[in-house]
Amino acid sequence: MKLLFNIAWTHVSARVRQTLVGMAGVAMGVGFTIMMAGLMQGSQIDFLRQLVDTMPHITVDDERRSVPTQPAEQEYAAVQMADIANVGKRPGIKYPESVMSSLRSWIPGDVAPSVGTSAIIDHGGARIGITLTGIDPRREVQVSKLGSQMREGKLDDLSRAPNGIIVGEALAEKLGVKTGNTVLLVGGQGTRLNSTVAGLFRSGLKRVDESQIYSLAGTAQLMMGQSGVVNQLRLRLNDPMSAQKVAAQVEAQTGYRSVSWQEANADLLSTFTVRDFIVLTVMGAMLLTSSFATYNIISTITHEKRQDIAIMKSLGMREYAVRRIFIIESIIIGVVGILFGWILGYLLCYGWSKITIFNPLTGTTVPLQIYYSAMHYVVAGGISLLCCAGAAYFPARKATRVHPVDIIRGAS
Amino acid sequence: MTEVALQAVELVRRIEGVVSHTLVNGIDLAVNRGEFVAITGPSGSGKSSLLYLLGLLDAPSEGEIMICGQPTSKLSETERADVRLTKCGFVFQFHFLLPEFTSLDNVLLPMRAAGRMTEGEMRERGLALLGSLGLGEHANKRPNQLSGGQRQRVAIARALANRPEIIVADEPTGALDTASTEQVFSILRDIADQGQTVIVVTHDPALAARADRRIHIVDGKIAEIIGRGEGGRVCEMAS
Repeated sequence: MKLLFNIAWTHVSARVRQTLVGMAGVAMGVGFTIMMAGLMQGSQIDFLRQLVDTMPHITVDDERRSVPTQPAEQEYAAVQMADIANVGKRPGIKYPESVMSSLRSWIPGDVAPSVGTSAIIDHGGARIGITLTGIDPRREVQVSKLGSQMREGKLDDLSRAPNGIIVGEALAEKLGVKTGNTVLLVGGQGTRLNSTVAGLFRSGLKRVDESQIYSLAGTAQLMMGQSGVVNQLRLRLNDPMSAQKVAAQVEAQTGYRSVSWQEANADLLSTFTVRDFIVLTVMGAMLLTSSFATYNIISTITHEKRQDIAIMKSLGMREYAVRRIFIIESIIIGVVGILFGWILGYLLCYGWSKITIFNPLTGTTVPLQIYYSAMHYVVAGGISLLCCAGAAYFPARKATRVHPVDIIRGAS
Repeated sequence: MTEVALQAVELVRRIEGVVSHTLVNGIDLAVNRGEFVAITGPSGSGKSSLLYLLGLLDAPSEGEIMICGQPTSKLSETERADVRLTKCGFVFQFHFLLPEFTSLDNVLLPMRAAGRMTEGEMRERGLALLGSLGLGEHANKRPNQLSGGQRQRVAIARALANRPEIIVADEPTGALDTASTEQVFSILRDIADQGQTVIVVTHDPALAARADRRIHIVDGKIAEIIGRGEGGRVCEMAS
């Protein structure tokens, strides 16, 4: 192997300019791939962080995913019942405090009750449909980041203002309301309630900031016309990524529909999958393209070294050993190129992280989010090395298949 | 009794194509150990083709070549490469040294490929070979820093590196001046005198006349053999 490496090294070191071009090609491919991976994953993680911070990780509703099996069906195999309404006589989760106590005993996180309903907010002639969530401010801080998302006022102000509500900043802007203003809430049962804007929040998700209002649980129950009802349990987990698994367990235990944040945003997450696929394809193409420079160099060397190949074969070196020389050459170019590519990739990521962009949706200027991961470096380097080896293999195979006699006769 | 280093039986090399062409046509030949054989003939007579067959660089269409009694016609290309590496040494008309390597590295190449000696032993042998051919001072020079004759002597040293049974030389003096020709031929003569078999293709009748045996090829067949042509016992295969 040392001999093959020596020959390979003499070949690449004798062609400094060509070798540097090849290395530069690999370095560019690896560097830009790392930058792109960091940028894409960074923006995705940032978005998911916002999503996860804004929403409860699991929402347990007072609905069942399907019609519950009837006792007669459980008892008799021949019985099949149809056309059964999937609603309780009275909405709400039964014995919510008991259910929460039970969940708190095993879930890795916390749970808080809430009352969810829809309403219309009426102000200055504008009527906008909204989602009203009644919360307990003391418990809410355990399950959401609402407290830290407050832009005006505090969560506790809900208790101080008459029928206090906290409104999304975008919705407030749309309605032209400010903290302290009074708006009219109209519930589904025709309930009309004058409410005071106790504060404004901004989650960063426009669809939330434009349509979500928080109130005390009692206020929401009043709007529903159902006093004492708790129709949602909101869970926050220590590990948001385990939400799907925990949601399934919660649903199995309580019988109520438990929706993880992943399920609630399944459409969005599926677009991420498509985006990931596109990004991976583009990055693969970049790495493959960068290996073309290596292909060119190895092709040139094998062409120039046809005579040497013939001599090495005539001396008794095996074909695969001669072929390996050119693959080693390619790997030398690849490894050095990858090392420079790693440096370039890091510098690009660092440079991009210093760039700030204005987000017209949120109206804020934020830096580009870059995700630094050793895996990006390993994967980009590994794929690039494989591409380089592959790029060398084919010209090397072709060159080493040449019959030495043909070359020797030609030279003579 | 003399040992047979190389034997060719009913050797045929045919190039198939739209018009097939026979380069070597039924040659029988036995070359003894330590014998210096010169193959002569007009251009296109098939002498180089015969040499490439004898050195296992090319495979015969028919017939058999035995090197130290070992039949080679059924060997795979890899096995043939192994036999070439250990049993045959090649010298070509042009030196065919690797240009990026020094003289010593070129001589070390077959030894490194065989991998039978330590690096120290290889260097010692390489330097000894170069010294014996008057190239001790040029061990660290590259081919482009050497004269034609010096390059060819480095090529001979390379051919001798793995102590092969047979040295095969294809017009080794064809590109040399008179003085270098004489020098190279004397070296090959000495190699044969020391017990290694030397087969040389040459156009030069004066040089051929100094061989133990001269085989004249015409149209792929042996037209004439001049010199001793004794048979003998087969030499032992060295592993």
